[in-house]
Amino acid sequence: MNYNWNWGIFFEPAPSGTGSYLDMLLSGLALTIKTALLAWIIALIFGTVIGILRSLPSKTASWIGFGYVEFFRNMPLLVQLFLWFFVLPELLPRAAGIWMKQLPNAPFWTAAIGVGLFMSARVAVQLAAGIGSLPRGQQQAATALGLTTAQGYRYVLLPMAFRIIMPPLTSEFLNTIKNTSVAITIGLIELTGQARAMQEFSFQVFEAFTAATVMYLLINIVVVTGMRFLERGLAIPGYISGK
Amino acid sequence: MKRIHLIGYALAAALCAGQANAQELTGTLKSIKDTGAITLGFRDSSIPFSYLDDNQKPIGYAMDICYKIVDAVKKELKLEKLEVKLNPVTSSTRIPLLANGTIDLECGSTTNNVERQKQVAYTNTHFLTASRYVSKKASKINSIDDLKGKSVVSTAGTTNIKQLTEANGARNLNVNIIPAKDHAEAFLMVETDRAVAFVMDDILLASLIAGSKSPGDYVISKDAFSKPEPYGIMLRKDDPAFKKVVDAATAAVFTGGEGQKIYDKWFTQKIPPKGLNLNVPIGAELKNQFAKPSDSPDPDFYK
Amino acid sequence: MFDNLDFDVIRRSLPYLFFDGMTFTLMLTALAALGGLVFGTLIALMRLSSYKLLGRIAGLYVDFMRSLPLVLVIFWFYFLVPYIGQWLTGAPRPIRVGAFTSTLVTFIMFEAAYFSEIMRAGIQSISKGQPQAASALGLTYSQSMRYIVLPQAFRNMLPVLLTQTIVLFQDTSLVYVLSIPDFLGAASKVAQRDGRLVEMYLFAAAVYFAISCLASYGVRRLQARIAIVR
Repeated sequence: MNYNWNWGIFFEPAPSGTGSYLDMLLSGLALTIKTALLAWIIALIFGTVIGILRSLPSKTASWIGFGYVEFFRNMPLLVQLFLWFFVLPELLPRAAGIWMKQLPNAPFWTAAIGVGLFMSARVAVQLAAGIGSLPRGQQQAATALGLTTAQGYRYVLLPMAFRIIMPPLTSEFLNTIKNTSVAITIGLIELTGQARAMQEFSFQVFEAFTAATVMYLLINIVVVTGMRFLERGLAIPGYISGK
Repeated sequence: MKRIHLIGYALAAALCAGQANAQELTGTLKSIKDTGAITLGFRDSSIPFSYLDDNQKPIGYAMDICYKIVDAVKKELKLEKLEVKLNPVTSSTRIPLLANGTIDLECGSTTNNVERQKQVAYTNTHFLTASRYVSKKASKINSIDDLKGKSVVSTAGTTNIKQLTEANGARNLNVNIIPAKDHAEAFLMVETDRAVAFVMDDILLASLIAGSKSPGDYVISKDAFSKPEPYGIMLRKDDPAFKKVVDAATAAVFTGGEGQKIYDKWFTQKIPPKGLNLNVPIGAELKNQFAKPSDSPDPDFYK
Repeated sequence: MFDNLDFDVIRRSLPYLFFDGMTFTLMLTALAALGGLVFGTLIALMRLSSYKLLGRIAGLYVDFMRSLPLVLVIFWFYFLVPYIGQWLTGAPRPIRVGAFTSTLVTFIMFEAAYFSEIMRAGIQSISKGQPQAASALGLTYSQSMRYIVLPQAFRNMLPVLLTQTIVLFQDTSLVYVLSIPDFLGAASKVAQRDGRLVEMYLFAAAVYFAISCLASYGVRRLQARIAIVR
C-alpha cells in the first residue's frame, strides 16, 4: 500500500493553535457524548409519552402515538436534520427564524433535538412493546387497588416495563451516539467531523479515521459494560434476566 | 453497470501485469491504456471552474482544460477511443480520492501550495486568487476583527478554512467556524443568515454573488486571508511520465492562445446555466503565467 | 410564509431527481440488501458453526461494524476500497473503483452485520429436530442448511429483513456526504444551485416518507399473512 503512514501526527500541533490533533479528536469525542446525552434525554421523555399513548385503550391516543412514530420513522435522519436546520427557520415568522439561526451552537441544538426526536419514536415502540408484554393482571390489580390510570402507569406499569426493555434500550442508546455523526452535514464538528477535519488538514486519512474508530469502540465498550451492571441491578426477580 | 465492467477490466489488467507490455508504460498512463478510460474529478459548485449545468453535467474552465489534457493523453497513448468517466468530489474528498486512484485528474479550483505538494502534484497554474470573505452589506462587517464571536462558514477541506482556523487561533477571534460541504451550501448559509460571512477564494465568491437572488446585498471584503494563490489541476504525485504529458498539454494550451480563448469563454462571456457574465478580464500575472507556464506553489513567484 | 416559495423548481428537476437520483438510491438499496443478505447469512452460519474460532471471528466482525456510525464507515470505505482491491488482486496500484461500486461495497459490508443478526435469530428459531431429521435422512450439513433450515429461517424472518431493508433505503441518503447524486444528493444539488432549500428538502422528505410508509404498510400486511400461515 503506497501510503505514507505517520502515527506521530496525533501529537503535532493542529492549525487551530490550541493543541495537537489528538486534542482536536478528543474535543470531538466530548461533543459527541454531549450531543448524544442531550438527545437521549429528549428521546426518553418523548418516547415515554408516546409509548404510553400507544398502550392506552383510547383509539385517539393510539392513533396519535401511531402517527408520531410513523412520522419520525419513515424519513431518513439526514432529511429530518435538514428539515429542522434549513427548512424550519424559513417557515417561521422572520424574527423567530433569525433568532433560531443565530443561536450560538445552532448545529448542536438542532442535532440534539433532531436526533432525540428521531430516536424517541424507537423508544416509544420499545416501551409500548414492554408495556404490552406485561401480564394483564398487573394493570387490573393496580385498578383493583384503587389506583387511577396515571398512578397505575407511574407506580406499576412503567417501572416494570422499563426494566424489561433495558437491553433494547441499551442498543438504542448506542444508536443515539452513532446517529449524532449524521449531524456533520449541518456543521456539527463531533468525533467523525473532527476526524474528517484532521484528514483535511494533515492529509493522514487512515490515521485520523483509525483514531475515531478506536474511540467509538471504546464508547461502545464503556456503555455496554455500564448498562450490564445497571441491568443486573435492576433485573426483576423471576424474569429470565433476573436472578 | 459500466462500473462493474471496470472492475473486470481492472482485474484483467492486474492479471496481464506480469506480461511485458510493448510500451514501457508506468503509473497512470499504463492504467489509462489498460482500462481505456480516464476519470476526471469534478466539483458541484466551483463556478466557473467546475460546476453542474442545468442538465447536471459538469462544465467549466477547468473542465475544458482537462478535456484538452484528455485529448493529449489519447494522442500520446495512440488510443482510438478513450472513455472519460466523471466522478464528483468535494474539497474534503479530492485528495484521498486522487491518492487511492478513484480519479486521475482533479478539475476544479484547488489551491496549489507547498504543503499539498507533499501529497499530490499539480500541472501548470490556471488561475490566481486570494482568500477573502463575503458578507451581507447589512451586517456591516468591515474587517476581519468584526467577525469576532460570530458564526463564519467556510468549505470543509479548503485552504480557506485552514487559514480561518489559524487566524481564529492566532488572533483570538473566537469565531464559531461552520464547515460546509460545498461552496453553494456555504454561500446559502450567508444568504439565510446562518453565518455572517463565508471565507473563500474571491473569484468563487464573486461568481456565487453574481448568481444569487439579489447580488446587490453582498460585499466581498477588502481584507484578505492570503496573497493571490495559484490554482492547479491535481494529479497523483510521483508519476513523472503522466505529469510530463499533462504539463506539455496544458503548456501548449496556455502558450498557444487557446488558453486565453477558454479563459474568455468562462470569465468575460455569458455562461450557463443562468447566462451570467462574470466580467473578470485576465490579469497581468495570469497573462505572464500563460506565456511562461509553471506549477510553482509560491504566490510570490507570480508577481 | 409560503408566498415567496417556488414549487415549480421541483417540476423542472423531476427527471433528474427520479431518473438519476432515485434510480441510484433504489439500485443501491436493492443490491446492498441482496449482498447484505448473502454475506449476512454466511456470517450467521459462521457464528453458529461448531468451529469456535470461526464463530469468534464472525462475532467480532458483527460487533465491530455495529459499534461504528455509518457516516464514518462510508468515509472509510470510499477511501479504502481501491487499496483493498489492490491487495486482493496483487495489482501494483490501487484499483480504480467508481463511486457506485464503492458505496455498494460499503453498504453490503455494513448491512451484512445487521442482516446476520436477523438470520441468526431466524436459524435459531428452527427447532433442533429439523436438522436432526435431515441428517437422519442422510443429508449433509450443507444440504440440510440449503434445503431445510435456511428457507424456513428466511421465510420466518422475511418481515424483519424487509423492515431492515427500509432502514437501509433511508440510510443510503448518507452518501450525501460524498457528494454522490443519490435522490437526496440530487435534490440538494438542485436546491443549492437554485437557492431553493425549503422547497427541495420538503419535497425530498415527502418522497422518502411516502415510499417508506407504503413499504412498511406492505410489510405489516405480509406479517399478518405469514402469522396466519403459521
